[in-house]
Amino acid sequence: MGRAVANRSISTASLLRRGYDRWKIEIARSAAWSSATDSLCRRKPLFDVRGVTNFTNSSSQKSCRGVLQPECDLQAATSGSIGFSHIKVTRTAGLKTDGRPSFNPSCAMRDDGFTGRQTERLRIGGTPTTQLRKHGAALRTVRNFVSLDYGMNVLKDSVDTQSQSFKTNLKAMEELLVELRQHVEKVRLGGGTKAVERHKSRNKFLPRERIDNLLDPGAPFLELSQLAGHELYDEPLPSGGIVTGIGPIHGRLCMLVANDPTVKGGTYYPITVKKHLRAQEIAAQNHLPCIYLVDSGGANLPRQAEVFPDRDHFGRIFFNQAQMSEAGIPQIALVLGSCTAGGAYVPAMADESVIVKGNGTIFLAGPPLVKAATGEVVSAEDLGGATLHCSVSGVSDYFANDEMHALATGRKIVRNLHHAGITKQAMVNSAEATVREPLYPPEGLRGIIPADRRQSYDIRSVIAHLVDGSEFDEFKKLYGPTLVTGFARINGQPVGIVGNNGILFTESALKGAHFIQLCAQRHIPLIFLQNITGFMVGSRAEASGIAKAGAKMVMAVACAKVPKITIVVGGSYGAGNYGMCGRAYSPNFLFLWPNARISVMGGAQAAGVLAQVESDKRKREGKVWNSDEEEAFKDKVVAAYEREGNPYYASARLWDDGIIDPADTRQVLSLCLSASTKTAPQVSSYGVFRM
Amino acid sequence: MSRRSDLYTQGLKLLLQQRSSCGLALRSSSALISNGSRDFNYSRQGRVPPTSDVSSRFKSHLRLGRFWNTQWPAVGQCHRAFSATSSSQSSASVEEKLKGPIDKILIANRGEIACRVIKTAKRLGIKTVAVYSDADRFSMHVKSADEAVHIGPAPASLSYLSAEKILAAARSTNAKAIHPGYGFLSENVHFAESCKKEGIRFIGPPSTAIHAMGDKSVSKKLMEAAGVAVVPGYHGDDQDIDLLQSEARRIGYPVLIKATQGGGGKGMRIVLEENEFLDCLSSAQREAMAAFGDSRVLIEKYLTRPRHIEVQIFGDMHGNVVHLFERDCSVQRRHQKIIEEAPAPGISEEFRQQIGQAAVNAAKAVGYESAGTVEFIVDTLTGKFYFMEMNTRLQVEHPITEMVTGQDLVEWQILVANGEPLPLQQDQLQISGHAFEARIYAENVPRGFLPAAGTLHHYNPPPVSSTVRVETGVGEGDSVSVYYDPMIAKLVAWGHDRSAALVKLHDCLSKFQIAGLPTNIPFLKALAKHPAFVAGEVGTHFIDQYREELLPSASNTGHESSRAAVSIHLDAKAARQAAAIAAVGMCLTSSLGLQVLKTGVEGWGGWNSGSGFRLNHSYSRLMTMEWKSDTLENSSVPIKLSTTYDRNANFTVEVQGEEPLRLTVTGQSPGDRCRDLRLDVDGQSTNVSLAQYFQNGINSVHLWQEDQHYHFTVPWLSFEREESDDEQGSDKSHREQTYSTTAIGSVTAPMAGRVVKVLVENGARVKKGEPLLVLEAMKMEHVVRAPVEGLVDGAHLVVGQQVNDNMVLLQIKERRQNLPDEDDDDSE
Repeated sequence: MGRAVANRSISTASLLRRGYDRWKIEIARSAAWSSATDSLCRRKPLFDVRGVTNFTNSSSQKSCRGVLQPECDLQAATSGSIGFSHIKVTRTAGLKTDGRPSFNPSCAMRDDGFTGRQTERLRIGGTPTTQLRKHGAALRTVRNFVSLDYGMNVLKDSVDTQSQSFKTNLKAMEELLVELRQHVEKVRLGGGTKAVERHKSRNKFLPRERIDNLLDPGAPFLELSQLAGHELYDEPLPSGGIVTGIGPIHGRLCMLVANDPTVKGGTYYPITVKKHLRAQEIAAQNHLPCIYLVDSGGANLPRQAEVFPDRDHFGRIFFNQAQMSEAGIPQIALVLGSCTAGGAYVPAMADESVIVKGNGTIFLAGPPLVKAATGEVVSAEDLGGATLHCSVSGVSDYFANDEMHALATGRKIVRNLHHAGITKQAMVNSAEATVREPLYPPEGLRGIIPADRRQSYDIRSVIAHLVDGSEFDEFKKLYGPTLVTGFARINGQPVGIVGNNGILFTESALKGAHFIQLCAQRHIPLIFLQNITGFMVGSRAEASGIAKAGAKMVMAVACAKVPKITIVVGGSYGAGNYGMCGRAYSPNFLFLWPNARISVMGGAQAAGVLAQVESDKRKREGKVWNSDEEEAFKDKVVAAYEREGNPYYASARLWDDGIIDPADTRQVLSLCLSASTKTAPQVSSYGVFRM
Repeated sequence: MSRRSDLYTQGLKLLLQQRSSCGLALRSSSALISNGSRDFNYSRQGRVPPTSDVSSRFKSHLRLGRFWNTQWPAVGQCHRAFSATSSSQSSASVEEKLKGPIDKILIANRGEIACRVIKTAKRLGIKTVAVYSDADRFSMHVKSADEAVHIGPAPASLSYLSAEKILAAARSTNAKAIHPGYGFLSENVHFAESCKKEGIRFIGPPSTAIHAMGDKSVSKKLMEAAGVAVVPGYHGDDQDIDLLQSEARRIGYPVLIKATQGGGGKGMRIVLEENEFLDCLSSAQREAMAAFGDSRVLIEKYLTRPRHIEVQIFGDMHGNVVHLFERDCSVQRRHQKIIEEAPAPGISEEFRQQIGQAAVNAAKAVGYESAGTVEFIVDTLTGKFYFMEMNTRLQVEHPITEMVTGQDLVEWQILVANGEPLPLQQDQLQISGHAFEARIYAENVPRGFLPAAGTLHHYNPPPVSSTVRVETGVGEGDSVSVYYDPMIAKLVAWGHDRSAALVKLHDCLSKFQIAGLPTNIPFLKALAKHPAFVAGEVGTHFIDQYREELLPSASNTGHESSRAAVSIHLDAKAARQAAAIAAVGMCLTSSLGLQVLKTGVEGWGGWNSGSGFRLNHSYSRLMTMEWKSDTLENSSVPIKLSTTYDRNANFTVEVQGEEPLRLTVTGQSPGDRCRDLRLDVDGQSTNVSLAQYFQNGINSVHLWQEDQHYHFTVPWLSFEREESDDEQGSDKSHREQTYSTTAIGSVTAPMAGRVVKVLVENGARVKKGEPLLVLEAMKMEHVVRAPVEGLVDGAHLVVGQQVNDNMVLLQIKERRQNLPDEDDDDSE
């Protein structure tokens, strides 16, 4: 990238305009510069014009303090083959300096007044950068003086952290977060202390421990649907009895699917199947190698009707394995426990599999069933143990002495995957080398959302906390202002952001459709920030053709073949959910904030509609409906909507991929973006737009 | 001048009496004549002889720019007294070759001294040629020289000691001079002679002087004749054992047996009582034979409270000899110096004058030229000093003299070799400040300073400045081989006075980071901090005298009450905190490793951030490590800790155990190589350095924090026994086996070395402490003894076999089921 950017070269004229009559230029290669952002004072210029001989006309020593630098020298420097992108100019007017650079890490420009030395650090053609704010280092800004880019697009911090409303909002959100963490803490314990103890006594680790050991040390792990199965069945089913998520192994992002044998013996409940299939769906969509940490008793027999027969039931797991393997997406099974009956097909269908001595077994029927069926008495180990499958049957490929060995072998398998499943080859890497944090701390997001859900707020303040440098290039700002659209970067990755700032009107919908098409054509991933009560209703809206405008937006969303990530930051009601890429529109990822609400319409509105219908019905039947009864009816509806619109209700049923802390949103978005941009860009085409 | 020639002829006479090498003596006298003709050369060229011009320039230099204010070595450039004289003449006879200034030097050495000579040569614009053996192909001295010539296989006798090969290298590269450094051929008369014959200048004294001083018996007689006091002793050629024993009795015990050709403590034995005499004699003779090819020994009175003070002298071809003051090298272990200082502490100016003059007299007595060191033994009880020996070369510890005098001795050597007069006269030399040199060795201090070998997985010396020098011939990733001296580096620190220099030295030692092999740094630090040393109460028995305090031994810790046990307990407590810091460091650096490694693979995105991000909960890593004490052998303390990743790169570390510990650590941006970190530990910000490497199946983590160093090992999972046939064995026992180390009863090599003698056979019954075999490393013999009583088994070693550190040599099957105490590996 350095080269392309650097072609907009710094010119002698531009320096002269700035009153530079003598100067010294140092150039750093972009990578070196960016790697030095943390410790500017320690950085040494990689390149110094003085020492360069390959410049045309450059006469080394002279050029450093030359009175006039020929234009071509600088051109050569800035468009040279090395690809510079960072240039530092030291003004040395009237000074007989030794030419040593004076680094000043703390400010962008330093003028020593009478000494006449002035130092600026430039990023040619770039935007003003906020240096990586990491490990508590002071925020540093770097100014650009040759372009017009400075300052235009930085979102203002509209949040007053000292205000009463912020504090109220923060308190409300923190209460929600405490609840969330409590729920998560509970599911992390697995299926209860007794089951965990029994599990550990067999030299086995819990699924999340297995994952921690399998992943690169210290790497992030994006767990999906932590709260699946939450209050779904009569008995608790922590995390739906299976842990899924994305994490890197030897730098390669993988989808990890780990049964939790402490939860009902790792058997598959309907939600377990759904979660397993969702993980496979994500893996298939994003070309992530799948690693199955198998330790399961197979389908949950009492619920076989909800687990076994349908299209998206148990059998679909193996169908997906076959399909993904066909597509070149590696399928790896680590057999750490039992794989009975249908479960036996997970390792058997895998490209490569590992089995642990003693604990791991693979068989279609366990010893009791074998005895019942044939009368043969055989131990589990002899029937389907590691030794048998590695040395006799060939069902498994690698023999592991214990779980750690199996996990280590799993890592080795991933290391040897080479390019399997990677389709993105030569796409322009549009990501910025320097990652700039937002100007405002992520925790600020917790105080933005009004505690009272009916209050509105500016979605731009959310965007300001999410995007690099809080820079947002807004598109069609003045048209259809209830939908905010624009370009930004998250962790260096360009994204198009679509956010709600109120009810969708015809104009807003048209603008949305326009913007989504733009992003799809440019292969820019889309991020939807849902806080939508729906499309506008009423005669005026209908007359303006809001239905077809909404249809255009839905069509655009449905057909845009770019990574889409949806975050529900508030309400998600009605057709707004569709237009804003709800679950039905297969976003690559969909997460909820703890304050989110999802339903076809608001509880009160629904109660009103239903009460109207009911009252009409009663009227026809000639029954009287007193207001108390009507209120009770309405309350019931509202309560049902409140319960079913609750994020936990949604998350338990896998209508989303998880509930996240608003402060983690940027982190989650950047992980998701990175995971979903591994595939080759696709061309989007659309159906018939109703004009 | 007349006195000088008197002494000289006297010396020659003695030489003629002692040795039959008449030719040698004759040649030396011709050297004397040619010396005179050089004087004539001076006047013919209209140059000002010896003093005025050059020395006045030096004086002004000393006045204007004190050398420590400038980059070392920045001694004033000596102007060339000689211009190229005879290059126009076509007939390149040997004499002609020897004329003209040196413009190319071959350094017939390796390691730090080769690098040291190259530095000065480069500064003077003189081209350099290095020589190297197979083991040194990629060494620093090879890289830093302008040219390098391969001279043979690793053993020194086939490469660095081969005069033939070195002379051939000099011829092929047209080197005008050879700098021999120290050791190897530096004090080899024949080599110096051959150089001269070849027309190559030998940067050092004339061969006659080397010869005279190389033979200790001869040198003592010469000194006696020159009026320099010598220690009473027997220096005769008659090596009859009975005679030697009677002479020893005459001198009076304790006595010292030394190899006549020896140096550096090789072939040296102290005999305290008469009944030990014969044993010591034979072993000294054996060692002398192995090291020098000459088993002759001499016997001297052994002073019980001596100090070792040596004087740096310098002579030129014009008969000038000056001394550059003294150095105190009293603190020694295994008769080898480890810490030296200049000037010697606690001596009077008068004593300094006397000893200096004595040294000058000694040098003049042999017609000395170039750099030399006259070693004296000072009886602290009487204040008398005796001549011990003269080293006719540049000493290892020359930098401290350079630091206090502001001179570059290698430059002086080159000047002298060019035939120029000494740049300064005696009255122009003065001492400024105080300097220490600590020799950093690869050695196993708890095992009695046994030499060690290995790879420098981490090497980070303190920053060099005008007051700190680090002389080394190795860098990170290099190895210290078994073939040569195990010295890694010399650390030289200068201060305005002794205590300032000592503070600086200790600070630098703390910052000297080496990991991968055992070093004596912890010991040097203890030494530099020892009250007696701080007070300047040095003596050659210093280490023996304070052994308990300097070397806490494992046997001491057996008693709960002992000081060592208390200190180890305190150390362990500190080590647990250090382990917590190391854990965070490992988390931080591993995540950095992720960043560096994966930018190419995964590109951007937060996946390589190492943030340990987990959705709605925190990520904890459990770690187990073992702390290995620096000062005690075989002592390790297991530490279990859990590190929790918080938001914003905060870590909470909990150390489990009897005294649980909880630390909050925040990491700050590390340096370039992922190993220097600034950590905020419970609100206190400190610099730490981390080294991590894998060697011999062990993961090692080193941490330097403040002035402490900690070494931890992290268990490594090995799954070698895949598809194990041991189906009955439970998982647990299997685990233990994979972690298990050497079994009890196996005898391991205390160091890398060569087997010189095998004393037992398989099936032989041995008692505890009985010698099993003799190993030789670094020219020292070490007896490996039986750790327990029992039957010898599995001994397949043959004489001449090379063994590695910790290699199992043989097994001793125990008769009884009692545990052995600890490894006993006393050396002879």
